[in-house]
Formats: sequence, structure tokens, C-alpha cells
Amino acid sequence: MTTAVATARDVPLVVGGRTFASRLMVGTGKYRDNETMVRAIEASGAEVVTVAVRRVDLDRTKAEGILHHLDPRKQFLLANTAGCYTAEEAIRYARLAREAGFNDFIKLEVIGDQETLLPDVQGLLEATRVLVAEGFKVMAYTNEDLVTALRLEALGAVAVMPLASPIGSGLGLLSPFHVRTIKRRLSVPVIVDAGVGTASDACVTMEQGVDGILMNTALAAARDPVAMAHAMRLAVEAGRGAFLAGRMPRREVAVPSSPAEGMLD
Amino acid sequence: MTVQRVDDTIEIIINGARRRVPRDATLRDVLSVLDLDPRLVVVEHNRRIVRRPALPDVRVAPDDTLELVHFVGGG
Repeated sequence: MTTAVATARDVPLVVGGRTFASRLMVGTGKYRDNETMVRAIEASGAEVVTVAVRRVDLDRTKAEGILHHLDPRKQFLLANTAGCYTAEEAIRYARLAREAGFNDFIKLEVIGDQETLLPDVQGLLEATRVLVAEGFKVMAYTNEDLVTALRLEALGAVAVMPLASPIGSGLGLLSPFHVRTIKRRLSVPVIVDAGVGTASDACVTMEQGVDGILMNTALAAARDPVAMAHAMRLAVEAGRGAFLAGRMPRREVAVPSSPAEGMLD
Repeated sequence: MTVQRVDDTIEIIINGARRRVPRDATLRDVLSVLDLDPRLVVVEHNRRIVRRPALPDVRVAPDDTLELVHFVGGG
């Protein structure tokens, strides 16, 4: 008779009442070309892809809209309010995004500082309150502060998205303790957004028990974005698997793996 | 001497730049003039979003402000 525990089985990620196929979400910015972006998304296995709301370029000197390259039946388009520095501005962008007609989700960013792109907590909370009242499903990009995370949840955010490190920095998970604490205290999904640089960062982040990761630059700025997307897919799965499996305790002393008995005289 | 002529266009502000569009144009007409697919663009008219089905019903007036936005790559 076996005494092995049943292999840890995962449950699907559910955000705002919708089930998502992958715990890895990816952005669509900064790719060198659209074909690379499309192939990287494919390799990542991500269902959720983020997009930004911007003016149409009426002179057509720049790239066309992203919808010429993405299939909204295959990808779940999560619009962001990137670049917004006040609650009013973010609310305006969110309303425009919803009018595009895909869904009621918004990745809410209210930026408070140009150098670090760290969130403006006051503006974030205010915009969350207004948008939730308007029926938006708010996924709130925030810092790793527990109290802010709790307030976002209380205001009705469907997911809280603490940063691993500043947007586009690739510095990895700087505050595992704080992210773990947020995950432990919140009921809504916690999805780490921003700062992951390479596969080990994604793996360590998922090992904290968070529900998912959103990344963009780690793929777009890799030498080979498609290969990195594949690596990230594996890293997210590995990190999630290790979390579910439950790691061994850390010890400050060595414990031999081979028997101490049976050694020769 | 000044030449009197019938001007059948008006000037409005689209995405921050002044442009001439036909007088009495609807928002749907403006998108057509600009060769934009209304299914891929969201229209804000004088700071108010105009839903797609209403685009043929709203006419622009001189100095109106339009923002025409769409989704672009972002994180």
C-alpha cells in the first residue's frame, strides 16, 4: 500500500468570475515587430494579453492598432491605463477602453512618479472606487504594501497586482515577504505585475503562492522573445508546481542524504 | 478684393490637431473621411464618449474636439 500523497492538483485561475487558462499574462508593448510579438504570445501560452489606449495616428506614420495582429477570440484583451498620472485621467482611459467593446476588465494604473513609475496610492484607491461603482472589474497595479492591497480589495478590486520591482526594470522579486503577506491576507487573486526579468524571477515569484504573473519587457526585451516566452511558461508552471508541492524546510546545517550506518571500518 | 465663396467645410480639433471636415458631417462621416474602421476606434466627442451605434446620429460643429483612440501595444 502506498503512503504517497496525491500529486498536488491545481485549480484554475478565476478573476472577476472568469476562468483563465494560464497563470501567465503578457503585455504587447515594445516588441521589435508584430510578428515576433504574436509568436511570443503563442509560446507563452498566455490567454490574457494587455493593451494600451492611445490616440489613433491619423498620419499613419506609426504602427497600426494592435487589433490588426491579435485575435480577440483567442486572446483576452486586458486594457490598461498606463501613462495616467491622476485618478481622473485613469478613469477616462478606462471608460474609453471599455467602449472598445471587449470586456469590463481594466488593469488600473495610476502612476505617481516618473522615474520609478511607482503607483500613486491615493489616486489608485480613488479611481478603483469610481470604476467599481461603474461596473468595471478592476485589476489594480499597486506596490507591495499590504494596507493598500487590503483597501483595494475592500473597494471591490477583482485582483490586486503588486509589483515585483519597478516596471521595465527586470530586477526580479525584491520583496518576497511582502508579496507573500499580501497573498496570505487577501481573498481576491494576487497577480504580480512588473519587474520580472528572467525565468528564475518568474519561478521564485510563483513559489510565493501568488495566483499569476503579468510581464511584458522580460519578453519583449529578451534577445529572443519567443524563446524567453517559452522559458517563462515553463518557469511559471514550475514555480506554481513547487508551491503546490510544498518545499522542504530550510536548515542552517547539513543533513546527510545517504545512510550514516553501514560505513566500512 | 475678397473672393466670396461657399465653404462647405468646418474646422474641428481631432487628436489635438485642427482639421477640416465637411460641414454637417456626422461622427460616422468623420471616421469615413479619415478612412478609419469604426469597429476599431472609440470616439470621444467634446469629452463625452459616443457609443458606436450613435455615431451616425451625432453631427460635429465648428471647434468641436474629437479624440479617436484605439488599442496599441502596452504592458
